[in-house]
Amino acid sequence: MKILVCITHVPDTTSKISFSGDALNKDGLQFIIGPYDDYALARAIELKEQHGGTVTVLNVGTAETDQIIRKALAIGADDAVRIDAEPTGSFFVAKQIAEYAKDKGFDLILMGRESIDFNGGLVHGMVGELLGLPVVTPVMRMDVDGGKAKMEKEIDGGKQQVEAELPLVAGCQEPIAEWKIPSMRGIMSARSKPLEVIPPVGVDTKVAFSAFEEPAPRKGCTFVDAGNEKELVDLLRNEAKVI
Amino acid sequence: MAVIAFLEIEGGELKKSSQEVAAYASALAKQVGEEGVGVVAEDVSSVPSFGLSKVVKVSSCTDAKACAEALAKIAEEQSASLVVLPHSTFAESVSAILSIKLEASAVTNVIGFPETAGSFVVKKGIYSGKAFTKVTLNGAKKVLTLKKNSFGVGEAGADLTVEANGATGSADSRITVTGEEKAQGDILLPEADLVVSAGRGLKGPENWGMVEDLAKVLGAATACSKPVSDADWRPHHEHVGQTGVKISPNLYIAIGISGSIQHLAGVSSSKTIVVINTDPEAPFFKAADYGIIGDAFEVVPRLVEALK
Ligand SMILES: Cc1cc2nc3c(=O)[nH]c(=O)nc-3n(C[C@H](O)[C@H](O)[C@H](O)COP(=O)(O)OP(=O)(O)OC[C@H]3O[C@@H](n4cnc5c(N)ncnc54)[C@H](O)[C@@H]3O)c2cc1C
Ligand SMILES: Nc1ncnc2c1ncn2[C@@H]1O[C@H](COP(=O)(O)O)[C@@H](O)[C@H]1O
Repeated sequence: MKILVCITHVPDTTSKISFSGDALNKDGLQFIIGPYDDYALARAIELKEQHGGTVTVLNVGTAETDQIIRKALAIGADDAVRIDAEPTGSFFVAKQIAEYAKDKGFDLILMGRESIDFNGGLVHGMVGELLGLPVVTPVMRMDVDGGKAKMEKEIDGGKQQVEAELPLVAGCQEPIAEWKIPSMRGIMSARSKPLEVIPPVGVDTKVAFSAFEEPAPRKGCTFVDAGNEKELVDLLRNEAKVI
Repeated sequence: MAVIAFLEIEGGELKKSSQEVAAYASALAKQVGEEGVGVVAEDVSSVPSFGLSKVVKVSSCTDAKACAEALAKIAEEQSASLVVLPHSTFAESVSAILSIKLEASAVTNVIGFPETAGSFVVKKGIYSGKAFTKVTLNGAKKVLTLKKNSFGVGEAGADLTVEANGATGSADSRITVTGEEKAQGDILLPEADLVVSAGRGLKGPENWGMVEDLAKVLGAATACSKPVSDADWRPHHEHVGQTGVKISPNLYIAIGISGSIQHLAGVSSSKTIVVINTDPEAPFFKAADYGIIGDAFEVVPRLVEALK
């Protein structure tokens, strides 16, 4: 089975986000594989262990992302591709992934439910539509049996069990697998695994981002003494006016 | 020319998030001198207008692909420049496919009204609520999903009779639904105006009775922190935060939750936040509007009484 896993390069979830002018302030930020992409990667490796085949990781990004690509190789991917471009929007990224994947014969294209930087939640749907493949998202469980994937996906207020023919595109989330930590042997072997860097295709991005800002701070916390819950109810009714 | 609003129905009524979408689309249509047209997929005979001039029902919209196809046909038929959808799990999938079909600019989780003088610019949350950015949609056609509670619903307006529209889409025959489990009768978390949430401070799933009591007296939905759903104390779809549901209710009550940065990312756009925690140093108090330092096992039952 040939599996492609698309990964993002994002600030660690504990990071405070700030901007210098119109750029993310990267001082002191630790970058990681997007947490949802990391679930997709972990499940891809498990599926490979069960069924054989290969796992290729792909990132659309500049050279700074090589570090997380190497980590994905250390976790167990076989090879990697970086499409050398600033990822300037969901459509731009989707088009790059679709162009790369269209004639490679992947059985599964796994992604995260969403990227935790721009939170688009769009790339999997766009790639599926561009390639004419079925898309299932957000997927919480996935097993492969013959030419079919059996999945459980989240729906608003519950979950649904679905079966889909391969090849397919899926957006993944927990508890599809546990995040994997690279082993020492994995780290050593990652250095010699292939990382191909290819140029992007020209695409109209259709969107432009500008004017970043941080949320306004809250006005501060009003404390109510334990035992005085009536006062809290009063404040919620008459001051905050939310109940 | 038209602005299209994709509307979701739950229990025969327009979902709250869709009321907002209707109000948003019609206000925008008015501003640019176009018509606001609602599209529903479910069988309903009439819906409140929220300023839309008509509402049509597509005849087939059983999955995201079918819905996107039907919407694309209606958008073409109405020469629509813009389609607005609620930010539900389903509508998000529809928006991705639709944007490719229409060759449109797409952006999800938009907050507030766009700037339309010159270019079309909207605001959206990024880094899971830790920051905001402005997005310029350059395409002639645009698809956007609206974040709940970021615009308001305004006046419901008179009821509109839903007109039949022949537009159909075909469901993806390669995907078969084999089962479904849906919480019955509960208030859906992403739709809720009031949310009661609890964390590891509650010690075990057997202690959720008081959380449910509190949610019940308030008419609120229940939520939880990630370790709680990871341990299966609560269902997965209740988990809020950076890697869970992102919510923006009017009131969020956090009980026995420390307030990690990942948790806060998913709830920080709530209008009012109440924190109940034994630890005066819990980071959540810094993000709260009201706080009680105390034992949840004593405070919550008293709060339930005070609300009755
Ligand atoms: C990549 C990544 C993504 C993550 N995403 C999320 C996410 O989306 N959402 C999320 O929630 N977490 C997320 N986490 C986990 C997060 O870091 C925290 O571990 C988690 O939020 C803590 O949950 P908690 O507040 O319930 O538990 P704890 O941190 O253990 O806090 C329990 C709190 O309860 C209080 N308490 C104890 N007893 C009582 C009592 N009797 N009455 C009142 N208060 C009491 C304690 O003082 C404490 O503050 C993520 C972590 C990682 C690494
Ligand atoms: N720059 C990128 N490179 C590779 N994959 C990406 C990139 N951006 C997004 N993706 C994939 O698409 C998923 C959804 O992203 P998004 O639509 O941006 O929320 C992510 O979880 C990744 O799997």
